[in-house]
Amino acid sequence: MVEPRMKVQGLKAWFGSSIALRDIDLDIADKQVTAIIGPSGCGKSTFVRCLNRMHEVTPNARAEGKVLLDGKDIYDPAVNPVALRRYVGMVFQKPNPFPTMSIRENVLAGLTLLGTRAKDESGLVERSLRQAALWEEVRGGLDRPGVSLSGGQQQRLCIARALAMEPEVLLMDEPCSALDPIATAKVEELILELRRRYTIVIVTHNMQQAQRVADTTAFFYMGSLVEHAATTKIFGNPTERRTADYVSGRFG
Amino acid sequence: MSTEGASSYGDLPAVATDSPVGARNSMDRLYAPPALSERLIRAFLMFCAALSIGTTLGIIGVLFEETRAFFAQVPFSSFFGDTQWTPLFAEKHFGIWPLVGGTMLTTLIAMAVALPFGLTAAIYLSEFASATVRKWLKPALEILAGVPTVVYGYFALTMVTPLLQTLLPDLAAFNVLSAGLMMGIMILPVIASLSEDAIFAVPSSLREGALALGATKLSTVFRVVLPSAFSGIGAATILGVSRAIGETMIVAIAAGQQARLSLDPREGMQTMTAYIVQVSMGDTPTGTIEFHTIFAVGMMLFCMTMVLNLIAQHLRGRVLKGSL
Ligand SMILES: Nc1ncnc2c1ncn2[C@@H]1O[C@H](COP(=O)(O)OP(=O)(O)OP(=O)(O)O)[C@@H](O)[C@H]1O
Ligand SMILES: [Mg+2]
Repeated sequence: MVEPRMKVQGLKAWFGSSIALRDIDLDIADKQVTAIIGPSGCGKSTFVRCLNRMHEVTPNARAEGKVLLDGKDIYDPAVNPVALRRYVGMVFQKPNPFPTMSIRENVLAGLTLLGTRAKDESGLVERSLRQAALWEEVRGGLDRPGVSLSGGQQQRLCIARALAMEPEVLLMDEPCSALDPIATAKVEELILELRRRYTIVIVTHNMQQAQRVADTTAFFYMGSLVEHAATTKIFGNPTERRTADYVSGRFG
Repeated sequence: MSTEGASSYGDLPAVATDSPVGARNSMDRLYAPPALSERLIRAFLMFCAALSIGTTLGIIGVLFEETRAFFAQVPFSSFFGDTQWTPLFAEKHFGIWPLVGGTMLTTLIAMAVALPFGLTAAIYLSEFASATVRKWLKPALEILAGVPTVVYGYFALTMVTPLLQTLLPDLAAFNVLSAGLMMGIMILPVIASLSEDAIFAVPSSLREGALALGATKLSTVFRVVLPSAFSGIGAATILGVSRAIGETMIVAIAAGQQARLSLDPREGMQTMTAYIVQVSMGDTPTGTIEFHTIFAVGMMLFCMTMVLNLIAQHLRGRVLKGSL
């Protein structure tokens, strides 16, 4: 058993007075891919947004419970959420490159926003873009606007932007839902590559995608965690009836 | 074909009762001409549109014609080369620069007030204010924008100038400084409101993208949100400048009526608009050169605000298209 990188204990989350997550306990293994699946509205996005404290950015949203990163509780009042987000990076469902920045500036944006600079900027840009499997396509035009890329390229640019911060954990909320099959295959290949270095949590609606990229899969239903086990077990021989129904397409 | 169409059109009420969508008769109705009421309304709307365009064209036409008459008597070189503006005096000079200078100086002072405060208010309202504060402050700003400018003018003359005179003993009774300051306060809500719209329109996915990279709120606002709203803020600024240049009441009341080419805001100066008011309200007979001057000045004003509005429109178009 690999030692968990993050441990979620009794996590609850609310939007105003309506509860979105009820008592989640989940271990996220180091240098593995954890997939989050479940029907729309079951709290997948809310869950990953609690892992880098982005949930509380939404007005009136709050969370309670413990989320340990390397044994330290990120919900400890002494923790600065802004600093935390450097260690827990995030890629969103819709690609969101910064429209006023070039490709290069987008990759370096995390540092620029912190008011610092890398020692070797071009090295960092190249390394991050290579890791995001975008380097070969953009190496000739790093000064083009980031938004001039195709949707799939934009998403890989956003991945490169997150990787440039060298996070410990990378959260991906449906990173392929706006992409065509070819771009999706590229991102999946990339996830398998990144898995050697990063701890990854990926939300997906695509059962095949979960089976292709994830080591373990967690099934959420109506704000609760129903089952978390090895991906082969979830899709082959789940313990819970509801999991079996969902992965076989009988509901959701 | 048209008679057939007309007859099926006549049948319509009977059809409509047993088939609300008129599906059975729909192929006949392919050839029905538009209803008479629709054609009448269309004609009426076209007439209204033509009327307003026609009126505008007419005004511009008169402006051109009178301006041409003015330049038939006064050469371009003295209009743009002379540094004195004294058409109402015995010794006449027709150099536009004192009026342009007065206008520019008041505008500059106004923008120095309106831009920083308006932009700060916009940033606060869209990024930092709670929903309740926003709910109260935004309408309050819009009320401020509805205060008649003549009120601002009197306020400048009777309150701001005496107050400033305690600090600046050399301040003239009519001066550019108080007029400009008051004008800035007048324009502030325009800039704040338009900039707020532009900042608010920046997609929240960009803010979240920045925050998720570990950026602070402040750095997110200044390095991601504001640059993305740049076109909209630029448009708001230019519209503000255009309002300042065209503003009449405040300067006519508080800035004085002496066309003077100077950079000292403590003095009184005349703006282009204030000059037009002075001549229009005086007893200058039509057809004289003095009378023609107001059209030349008006033309100058028109060209300046026109260029500014075109730039602003271009910028706003970019905002709407989302190309930033
Ligand atoms: N900004 C918000 N304000 C109020 N309620 C919200 C907000 N965002 C999400 N919710 C609610 O919280 C619950 C969980 O939403 P969440 O976005 O986490 O679902 P999800 O599993 O990611 O769904 P999807 O697969 O559609 O992305 C839903 O019931 C949703 O209606
Ligand atoms: Mg979601």
